[in-house]
Amino acid sequence: MQSYMIATGGGRTQTRVFEVGQGAPLLYLHSAGGLYEGDPFLAALGEHYHVYAPSLPGYLDSEGADNLRTMLDFTLWGFDVMEELGIEQPAVVGHSMGGMIAAEMACLNPRAFRGLGLVCAAGLWLEEHPMPDIFAKLPFELPDLLFSDPAWGTKFITEGYDFGSTQDDLVSFIARFQDEGFLQEFLLKNARRMGTAGKILFPIPERGLSERLYRAKLPTVLVWGDADRLLPMPYAHAFQSHLPHASLVTIPGGAHMAPYEQTADVVAALRRLN
Amino acid sequence: MKFTFFHLMAWPHLAEDFREKHHSVWVDLPNSLYDPVAGHDVYHNYLDQLEYAEQCGFDGIGVNEHHSNAYGLMPSPNLMAATLTRRTSRAAIVVLGNSIALYSPAVRVAEEMAMLDVMSGGRFIGGFPVGTSMDTNYAYGTIPTETRERYAEAHDLIIKAWTEREPFAFNGRYNKLRYVNIWPRPVQQPYPAIHVPGGGSVETYDFCIENTYSYSYLSYSGYLRGRDLMRGYWEQVGRHAVDESPYRAGFAQVIAVGETDAEAEKLYRKHIDYFYNRCLHIYPGFGEAPGYRTIKTLKKGAIPQFTPKGAKTLSQLSWKELLDQRYVICGSPDTVREQCEEMIKDLRFGNLFCLMALGSMPHEIVRHSTRLFGEKVMPKLRNLWPDYADDNRFWCRPIANRRQPDRELKGVA
Repeated sequence: MQSYMIATGGGRTQTRVFEVGQGAPLLYLHSAGGLYEGDPFLAALGEHYHVYAPSLPGYLDSEGADNLRTMLDFTLWGFDVMEELGIEQPAVVGHSMGGMIAAEMACLNPRAFRGLGLVCAAGLWLEEHPMPDIFAKLPFELPDLLFSDPAWGTKFITEGYDFGSTQDDLVSFIARFQDEGFLQEFLLKNARRMGTAGKILFPIPERGLSERLYRAKLPTVLVWGDADRLLPMPYAHAFQSHLPHASLVTIPGGAHMAPYEQTADVVAALRRLN
Repeated sequence: MKFTFFHLMAWPHLAEDFREKHHSVWVDLPNSLYDPVAGHDVYHNYLDQLEYAEQCGFDGIGVNEHHSNAYGLMPSPNLMAATLTRRTSRAAIVVLGNSIALYSPAVRVAEEMAMLDVMSGGRFIGGFPVGTSMDTNYAYGTIPTETRERYAEAHDLIIKAWTEREPFAFNGRYNKLRYVNIWPRPVQQPYPAIHVPGGGSVETYDFCIENTYSYSYLSYSGYLRGRDLMRGYWEQVGRHAVDESPYRAGFAQVIAVGETDAEAEKLYRKHIDYFYNRCLHIYPGFGEAPGYRTIKTLKKGAIPQFTPKGAKTLSQLSWKELLDQRYVICGSPDTVREQCEEMIKDLRFGNLFCLMALGSMPHEIVRHSTRLFGEKVMPKLRNLWPDYADDNRFWCRPIANRRQPDRELKGVA
């Protein structure tokens, strides 16, 4: 997996891009949690596709978040990345927040893509199933919400944060959430990342996507963990009602972080996109 | 010194096991816990206390803005201030303040503050807080990273609305107005004194110094913990080529006065304890939405309240800790005077916001404490800054002939 910086938005933003694999191009847009160094999900996708995964400004060392304000800015940033890298007719796949951006890109210019993959995607709001407020969660509360195996999730988040360099036991990983130095670093990065995410997700992660989805008439696959506690199954069905041509693949027992917990199943589902 | 009796208007009926049973006092506390009939009494007691403070010689009476908050029952401080304009005649009416980032269009603040200034005959002092994350982001839904930009734009619009004498167009990002033309306009010229509550960011220090606004530190953690922050402010004042008038700064302190130290503890302890241990039971996840504070400011300070351990201890202070660490100044008039003088000189400020009606304090004992402070403490602290006695840049400038409300409604059958 290689990574490099590119200028986007006419130099108003700088974007780190991860690139891995060979085959048909696939543009992958990450969730509010961001990408991980040596991201295992990207690596798995790279076994079948030529994957380009840009990191939004505010995430990792991508800069210029002040110049992204509205949903349209985020959507155009995605096209800027494609243009800068010369990616033609990719499948566009997004997880959670990334799914929201991918769906908007598909609405804006459906003919630019050969397919759309939405994995536990944000962007709709169901009053009967209000999405929990991730902006008011403390770090140590997140694993329960996001992972089917919260203990593994805690390890994954904290380890991922340190870019996978340590092999401590689980107890010491959990203990790190009590450590002020670790926490301060975590919160600083969290403020950058979630500050960016908040522009399209706060306080309600809905920016009118449902009114535009009629335009996304392209091959589409919806991939959902049937035990997703953040965006439960009714959200998958809501997307399906707006995208009647889409196929829905459920991941049994999968939570919101299914791409990292059931990587092979999610990749297999997305392979319907060629 | 200028003394302001500052009210938070806490809900006084939270149960003893409130902290165990409820997630947070702020943002998501169900309003089934609020009893509007009891609330009628509570509001009138609190307004009576503010009016009584004027009689006791306080220079100002103060109110503030909170939302979805059981210890701050003033979503609209301007409504409270409006009633005070009719029932008081001398004291400054200090609205500290309106969360200007939340009003759309922000001319609403310019209009309402101008109304209060005219109604009170120029006794109005305005505050421009950025607003807490609980109020601004969680209760009122402002996108965290937009908070400060909205604040800055609202500020510029309000000041321009107060000072322009012809209608003008304003093309802001958040306020797009073809005709800005406020009626009425403020009576104080060019506009009322402005106080800005801050939490230690250098940007806010500079903003106050450059605009000749008074910087206020409004916390409940007392003056020992406020020391570093106020020192930082005065160092920044020193870097600008401006005077060091103590009225450039204000500080809020919990104060309770009894006839003796023993009486003070007996009267106030459990009510102050109620404030710290029930009213400040705030879920730490609401403390600061990501993006609310700038990255620059975050890099400066530790954020210990985010640990599970820290989350529990924040609202579990003992009485001894509250006193020793000066969260609270409580005691006989001599004790209170001595500790206040030490605080005022040490932190160097001219505006003291006295938090004297706290938590579940009954009406009578608030009045007792207020009267003792007015009679026995205030006069001895009054002239701590003789060199700056004439500095009225940070206080109200009332008009000479102010109307008294017609109490007898003469001519009405």
